[in-house]
Amino acid sequence: MTLKTTLILATAALALAACSKKRPEVLPPAPVTGPADTGSTGNPTGQTGNEVVPGSNADFTRSVTSNTVNFGLDQYDIDPQARAILDSQAEWLNRYPNVRITIEGHCDERGTREYNLALGDRRANSAKNYLAAKGVSPSRMSVISYGSERPAETGSDEAAYAANRRAVTIVLS
Amino acid sequence: MRRFLTLLALSTAAPVMAQETPPAPSAAPAAQQQDGGGLVVDVEGGISAPMPIAIPVMPTQSVVNTPAGSTDALGRQLADIIATDLRNSGLFTPLPANRMRAVAFPEVTAPAFDYWSGTGAQSLVQGFVRANGDGNLTVGCYLYDVAAKTELTRQGFVVPPADWRRAAHKCADTIYARLTGEGPYFDSRVVYVSETGPKDKRVKRLAIMDQDGANHRFLTNGQSIVLTPRFAPNQQSIVYMSYVGKIPAIYVYDIGSGKQRLVVQNVATTFAPRFSPDGRFILFSMAQGGNTDVYRVSSQGGTPQRLTTSPGIDTGGSYSPDGSKIVFESDRSGGQQIYVMNADGSNQQRISFGGGRYATPVWSPRGDLIAFTKLAGNFRIGIMSPSGGGEKLLTDSWSDEGPSWSPNGRVINFYRSGRGSGGSGQLWSVDLTGVNERRIPTPLGGSDPAWGPLRP
Repeated sequence: MTLKTTLILATAALALAACSKKRPEVLPPAPVTGPADTGSTGNPTGQTGNEVVPGSNADFTRSVTSNTVNFGLDQYDIDPQARAILDSQAEWLNRYPNVRITIEGHCDERGTREYNLALGDRRANSAKNYLAAKGVSPSRMSVISYGSERPAETGSDEAAYAANRRAVTIVLS
Repeated sequence: MRRFLTLLALSTAAPVMAQETPPAPSAAPAAQQQDGGGLVVDVEGGISAPMPIAIPVMPTQSVVNTPAGSTDALGRQLADIIATDLRNSGLFTPLPANRMRAVAFPEVTAPAFDYWSGTGAQSLVQGFVRANGDGNLTVGCYLYDVAAKTELTRQGFVVPPADWRRAAHKCADTIYARLTGEGPYFDSRVVYVSETGPKDKRVKRLAIMDQDGANHRFLTNGQSIVLTPRFAPNQQSIVYMSYVGKIPAIYVYDIGSGKQRLVVQNVATTFAPRFSPDGRFILFSMAQGGNTDVYRVSSQGGTPQRLTTSPGIDTGGSYSPDGSKIVFESDRSGGQQIYVMNADGSNQQRISFGGGRYATPVWSPRGDLIAFTKLAGNFRIGIMSPSGGGEKLLTDSWSDEGPSWSPNGRVINFYRSGRGSGGSGQLWSVDLTGVNERRIPTPLGGSDPAWGPLRP
């Protein structure tokens, strides 16, 4: 039953994608390998050949300003820049009301491990609450904190720390 | 998997010794306190140098091949392990092997005091190795005061060959306890997180080893991120946090069977687990909607009981040794600070007031101190009293974190993180003086060390 629905959706999506080629085709992302739960893995199933399936994670990341919002040092408030990004995410999510997402909260390495797990949860929830206020149903959103376990950048400098203090929205397949 | 060390009363259970008519144990000179022979090691540091101690190779009466090696080779290795334990405590300077002559078997209970006083050693450890008929090994362990020419203490240990190193650690513990007046800690294990790979794809595996790095074993395969393991008081299981199935949750790992079970049926992110001193409860943190509080749950599972309610991050709890209090960290005042509360969550009081932030408090098994991580530029390991007084920082590096106490409350394990893309974590230890800081050998990188209790 679930499988059937997915197949039908995928076919419809393919047809849609075929007749609306406004954007240049994006290259397929590098294949995702490695252990199952390495953190920020995209949704590889959104890709069919070179086509981006509408409603997929690939479509999401291509359509929104960014899938990532950043935070200040030890902060979890949504600043104007993050607001604009989340607005674009909310717009897309409201266009695909059946899509479920998870929001990953992350921290820089200059915090203790367990505090960072809690702070990552705070950040993910800030993004979630903002999206909910913009009409995205909380039942479609889950959060997970990785603390400082999965940095986007591995350096130990302010630029890397700023990039690592983030909440990443990922569309679930 | 129940292997217990048998303690021997040497005078009766070691007949080979009996013919020597061993001297009466520990005949302390007159006017000494109950626990004091003449020879005492100063454990506060800074006053006296480490005590020179001689630990010659332990002879065997007959060379027998055992699953742990031949008894004469074991005699060399045992002496070496005892010397390493005592040296690593920072309180002893074992004589180098080339400054000690071989000890004949009958000499073990009748030391050549005149020879040993010429070596500069103040105390002397002699012992023997014997392969028993039942497959076990007996290790005898004798401590002498060289100047006073007296025996201070003696112990015998019967071990299965696989546990031969434990006999050395027990002997070192006997000597350490007798000469310092502190509790023993060498016969203990450490569970930690072994780390490999770059920071953004770090593979983390639970691993267990002896306190000195020997008998290292991996417990998980690295497919899921694992964090913050802690021993159960009975040392038969480990509580830790795992991302298995991409759901951050708390599990209990049974060391004997290798099986694990989920502790709290998952409704939210649960982390920072620790056992209560009696093993009946697991203290943990739960993040819900951006708010993190400290909870406790029966170690068998069930409904958690919430202990803190402040809006903010309350985490990192640790029980006092009597189980009556909990120390934890909270950012309710702005930044992370240390608080103490009753075990039921009542009477929450802030105890840290210095500059900077304070995190990861851990109550000493002696009850007299709280170890913590201080965040003020560098991350440093420090100690303070449970009322917040007497703060003392023990380390100063870019990123030291996660203190864990030795069973006797005199040494702290922690991990030191490396800076930059190539930086890795390493396990270190430091004693209460802050002077004796050492790297703990691990096969790969490491973090989150948790020092277990003294083994039975």
